[in-house]
Amino acid sequence: MIWNKEIECMNSTDMRALQSERLKKLVNHVYENVTFYHKRMDKMGVKPADIQSIEDIVKLPFTYKTDLRDNYPFDLFAAPMKEIVRVHASSGTTGKPTTVGYTKTDIDNWREVVARCLSMTGIGADDIMQISYGYGLFTGGLGVHYGAETVGCSVIPISGGNTRRQLQLMSDFGSTVLACTPSYALHLADALTENGYSLDDMKLKIGVFGAEPWTENMRLELEKKWGINAFDIYGLSEIMGPGVANDCIYHAGLHIHEDHFYPEIVHPDTKQSLPDGEEGELVFTTLTKEGIPLLRYNTRDLSTLTRKKCACGRTLVRMKKITGRSDDMLIIRGVNLFPSQIEHVLLELGETSAHYMLYVDRENNLDTLELKVELDETKLTDTIRELQSLARKIEHALNSAIGLSVKVTLVEPKTIARSEGKAVRVVDRRKTN
Amino acid sequence: MTIRQLSVFLENKTGHLNDILSVLAHNKINIVALTVADSSDYGILRAIVSNPEKALEVLRAEQFMVRVHDILSLEMDAAPGSMSKILNLFTAADICIEYVYAFSFGSKSILILRTDNLDKSIDIIKANHLKSITEKDLIYQRNLSEL
Repeated sequence: MIWNKEIECMNSTDMRALQSERLKKLVNHVYENVTFYHKRMDKMGVKPADIQSIEDIVKLPFTYKTDLRDNYPFDLFAAPMKEIVRVHASSGTTGKPTTVGYTKTDIDNWREVVARCLSMTGIGADDIMQISYGYGLFTGGLGVHYGAETVGCSVIPISGGNTRRQLQLMSDFGSTVLACTPSYALHLADALTENGYSLDDMKLKIGVFGAEPWTENMRLELEKKWGINAFDIYGLSEIMGPGVANDCIYHAGLHIHEDHFYPEIVHPDTKQSLPDGEEGELVFTTLTKEGIPLLRYNTRDLSTLTRKKCACGRTLVRMKKITGRSDDMLIIRGVNLFPSQIEHVLLELGETSAHYMLYVDRENNLDTLELKVELDETKLTDTIRELQSLARKIEHALNSAIGLSVKVTLVEPKTIARSEGKAVRVVDRRKTN
Repeated sequence: MTIRQLSVFLENKTGHLNDILSVLAHNKINIVALTVADSSDYGILRAIVSNPEKALEVLRAEQFMVRVHDILSLEMDAAPGSMSKILNLFTAADICIEYVYAFSFGSKSILILRTDNLDKSIDIIKANHLKSITEKDLIYQRNLSEL
């Protein structure tokens, strides 16, 4: 079902007109109300009057994560606190947290875009939705929650963690939709048997997974393990939270709600705009945001854009599924490596589980890679030789895929830490040495 | 001709072998024979036990990675050269021995072996009328009463 046909199937001329009108209003507003943007635009010699259409967006300054930290907690807010009805914040594991604020209109828009996302997947009022994203300062839980209520789902706001209880309620309540991070969905699937459940006890049909980069192979793996249709919901708290984009039943990229979030792709080094189809950093301008509107926010997520009409009938611009970020890219002996490349190879081989941890170290000034991966019970043999040849086979596949030599160590099942939020896949010991 | 052997994947961690043994002990499962193959990172524990189904179930419940494999078991004469004589038959047929271990049970000398060709190995055992050992031959209780 298409939640908002008028917007989601709008022709490109009308969409650009709408975006142009919203951008002009936005730039005027932030120039007058946010000191940070006023100063930055003055420094670049750009006045609000220079912005006449959406094409002029390239004249505007970029915004980075550090700008949010530097203006902690509320200095980037463009509305007075009496109009702010909600605040979310990032965990701040890499420094000060980043804070975002929402006005009542922002919350209504958020509700609308999440409702569009869920409708894209076929979710409707008959569904029972188990929301296992964390509730609280993290946008995942509450963000999906409001949208799910808007489409009329029966919402189970269970939040993250407590695997046994997740499975018990999923079975007892007959949840038809699971919303959580893909790594937690995998963990829950693997925990079915040991908790005494099988797929026959579950009524799950649809998964709405997001909040971390994951590969298409992982999506297919989750579909197979759960017997569901798995979707990717994209978002980030700086822009709104979950609901910025979502894939439809054709899984041909994620439809971006471009009437609210205008996307651009820029070159990771030069920050020059790139044409559709070329990969670079994904940048968003929040066209309608009131609480904390951002101009050209660089997400560091790597993607490409396409404007071809989708088989589902939507005309919204689509972004390629995010499988990596320019800042979680590892440089190993001069070779660029994304953790998602490892996941891709492991799932393609299908010889082990998808639970792995990559250890990067430096020995004698040379970077080394060790991959610990959990052995699959069906592959256990009674000879060391066969296990060693399995490890060599994985090493060989990784070497041909990424051009780096990796030492593969097979470990026992359930020994690699499971995350209940965002997955941690890399331990880089070079930084601490 | 074949008996069931447990194979358990074991990471090299202090006390890990004993973790398995205590699960077996707690469930009153007797170990008839045991050997560990090791590499630098992990090993495989191979064991012949009194109740393979139960051992599989209790070890899995404790999150161990374990499987059961069928393995050739033969009785040898308790005399010098008897193992060599048996292995010569396999070598002559160009069958490779993957691993082998031997133990005594009561008065019997028992040879356990895994080759790279199970079907051909069985043909050789039959053709040469080698004495095979079944799981019944290894029941603990009977052995106790003999002592």
